[in-house]
Amino acid sequence: MATEFHNLQELRHSPSLVTKVFIQRDYSEGTMCRFQAKFPSELDNRIERTLLEETVKTLNSYYAEAEKIGGQSYLEGCLACATAYIIFLCMETRYEKVLRKISGFIQEQNEKIYAPRGLLLTDPIERGMRVLEISVFEDRGSGGSSPSSTMSSGSSAR
Amino acid sequence: MSAVMITRKVRKWEKLPGKNTFCCDGRVMMARQKGVFYLTLFLITGTCALFFAFECPYLAVHLCPAIPVFAVLLFLFVMAMLLRTSFSDPGVLPRALPEEAANGNVPAGQRPPPRIRNVQINNQIVKLKYCYTCKIFRPPRASHCSICDNCVDRFDHHCPWVGNCVGKRNYRYFYLFTLSLSLLTIYIFTFDIVHVVMRSMNGGFLNTLKETPGTYPLKLSLTVLEVLVCFFTLWSVVGLTGFHTYLISLNQTTNEDIKGSWSGKNRGQNPYSHKNIIKNCCEVLCGPTYPSVLDRRGLLQEDTLISSSNPVPQTTVSAHKHTHALFLIVVSSFRHTDS
Repeated sequence: MATEFHNLQELRHSPSLVTKVFIQRDYSEGTMCRFQAKFPSELDNRIERTLLEETVKTLNSYYAEAEKIGGQSYLEGCLACATAYIIFLCMETRYEKVLRKISGFIQEQNEKIYAPRGLLLTDPIERGMRVLEISVFEDRGSGGSSPSSTMSSGSSAR
Repeated sequence: MSAVMITRKVRKWEKLPGKNTFCCDGRVMMARQKGVFYLTLFLITGTCALFFAFECPYLAVHLCPAIPVFAVLLFLFVMAMLLRTSFSDPGVLPRALPEEAANGNVPAGQRPPPRIRNVQINNQIVKLKYCYTCKIFRPPRASHCSICDNCVDRFDHHCPWVGNCVGKRNYRYFYLFTLSLSLLTIYIFTFDIVHVVMRSMNGGFLNTLKETPGTYPLKLSLTVLEVLVCFFTLWSVVGLTGFHTYLISLNQTTNEDIKGSWSGKNRGQNPYSHKNIIKNCCEVLCGPTYPSVLDRRGLLQEDTLISSSNPVPQTTVSAHKHTHALFLIVVSSFRHTDS
């Protein structure tokens, strides 16, 4: 297992990662978090258009749910204000709950849809909610050796 | 050639660029210059301590015992809001990683040409500027704070009195701080005057002087000091609260107001405003509590490689474990298609 780990580390540093495609934020409706539904042309032959658009649409609906200003957010805000926001030390905010759901959703999408096609979605929160990063991988085999790594215990099988 | 790999786990805040200071292992985030913040703390706690020590006993006995109780609650609320404003992440946007920064066909190492991206928001064209330091196109309403060297979302201003920027995440705490501080100042000011009036009414100046010959001049001078501090604080803090109430009702930031983005010939075109004072107030004060995107306390693995031939240690910081696990899934799917 340790040897395999080394293989994968070398693969990560070797050029099997082809490119990263970024889906930018959609600001047409204001500063709330939304991603553009435009399909990037680099992914034309990697994934079906409808699948990616469905993922982005679901993500947008999650963010809309988190940022909705309605009865529940007022209640949370007023209750928190009354306790001088100390309640947030023990309670999870609604936004944090939705972010956990989003993280689970992205992992599930990666496992079911994107990883079999050699793609990897990165949770937008890890990129400051600025972009939805899609890493595109290409199958280069397991023969990549990085000259810079001088691991004494690495005996990778070639 | 032998090599030694030293793996060390560091928290992400230790590797964050920008000129912030972090305390309590990344839980507290402030600007570098904190002198004025300590002054704020000293003024508030000092004045309140004098009030509790010298005015409250008299007022509780001669007027109403609820007076000091309410003062204590108000003081605690002011301190909670001040500390929350000062210690929290104002909404800092992390800098772009090299791949994201290069998006847009800019050759590495060269300064990109000045770029402005036009975006239509609610039928209004807004220009998004490129930040050379953070290598991102700033989202609408974000601005780069030169003191903290960070881009902050919904940047309002950098407040030296709280020792931090005021942005999306801590604006409501800042507003509640100024509002509650105004109330506290008015409260202490009023009851100082009431105290002086009552003392002089109850016995006259001369009688009171005979009762407590040693302490009365001291107490009088302390009361006068409190009144002076409150008087000068009143004008500034109440004025500031009024200004921010005006900004909230229009859903504008101090930065936009200073730049005149939505005033003059652009008046009435603010695309972020709901054109309704109540809705604007509700959005700013009762909106969702945005989480920090900085992940200050996340763990990074720092691998320092020291080889005998090359004494300079090479440090690489590897990605978060979760992303790494997903990477394994991608690679294993390739292996399956191979076989």
